[in-house]
Amino acid sequence: MLKKTSVPRARRTLPSYLTYRGGEGMIAWAFHRISGVALWAFVILHVVDIYLVGGDPKAYDTILKIYASPPGRVMETLLGAALFYHALNGMRIVLMDFWPSLTAYHKLLWRFVWITFFLIGLPGAYIILKPIWAAA
Amino acid sequence: MTGRYSRSGRPRPTGSRADLRAWYAVRITALALFVLSLAHFTMTHFVYDPAQETSAFIAQVRWNSILMRLLDWSMLVAVLIHAFLGMRTVIQDYAPARARRFALRGLYLLAAVLLVLGSNVVLTLPGK
Repeated sequence: MLKKTSVPRARRTLPSYLTYRGGEGMIAWAFHRISGVALWAFVILHVVDIYLVGGDPKAYDTILKIYASPPGRVMETLLGAALFYHALNGMRIVLMDFWPSLTAYHKLLWRFVWITFFLIGLPGAYIILKPIWAAA
Repeated sequence: MTGRYSRSGRPRPTGSRADLRAWYAVRITALALFVLSLAHFTMTHFVYDPAQETSAFIAQVRWNSILMRLLDWSMLVAVLIHAFLGMRTVIQDYAPARARRFALRGLYLLAAVLLVLGSNVVLTLPGK
């Protein structure tokens, strides 16, 4: 039989399991990594498709039709979002890495990332997606 | 992984010279790509539209000057350094020790293949 320990078990309630405790820095890092891996995968696709401009122009033009199609435009909007977030948060990281005293303002920089993201990103998404309903 | 990341990202490596160089290379290419890749996305999606950007458009309009080709080639080099050094970090974080060396070799090989394919098309495609 197991010996009973005298250490009281930490009380975990259901909300405590569901509550996120990482803070802004952790979300910023997770989004940065996820968008980074996605952009890496797109770079592979994009170098290969541009290679086809020389290697097989007809195949490239066929792929381009997919890019210009409605599902393609939705994907490009997501691509743009990943790129823009990664670029803005990347600048936040570079600023704090090269000027560590700015780390004190990491939450302010984080808010600035999201304000810029939506301020420029929403009109951008509209321009990319517009041909979907303009053509219909 | 505890202690390896701060709020700002990956702290400047102190152990290995290769890691330190990679750390700087990722950040310096990041500064270049902030301008190059965002300008590129603006050109390809806001100034022009994907529906127009056929292979003929690329040969005759986009790559009609040496300057544009050199800019696009610089972007290719910067993005390959940045993306593949980033994936090097991801592999170092998650790949089991046995698979790491193999995965890194595959990663560098893929980067080299893409550099050859991309350089080939941007530098040698006839402009017409």
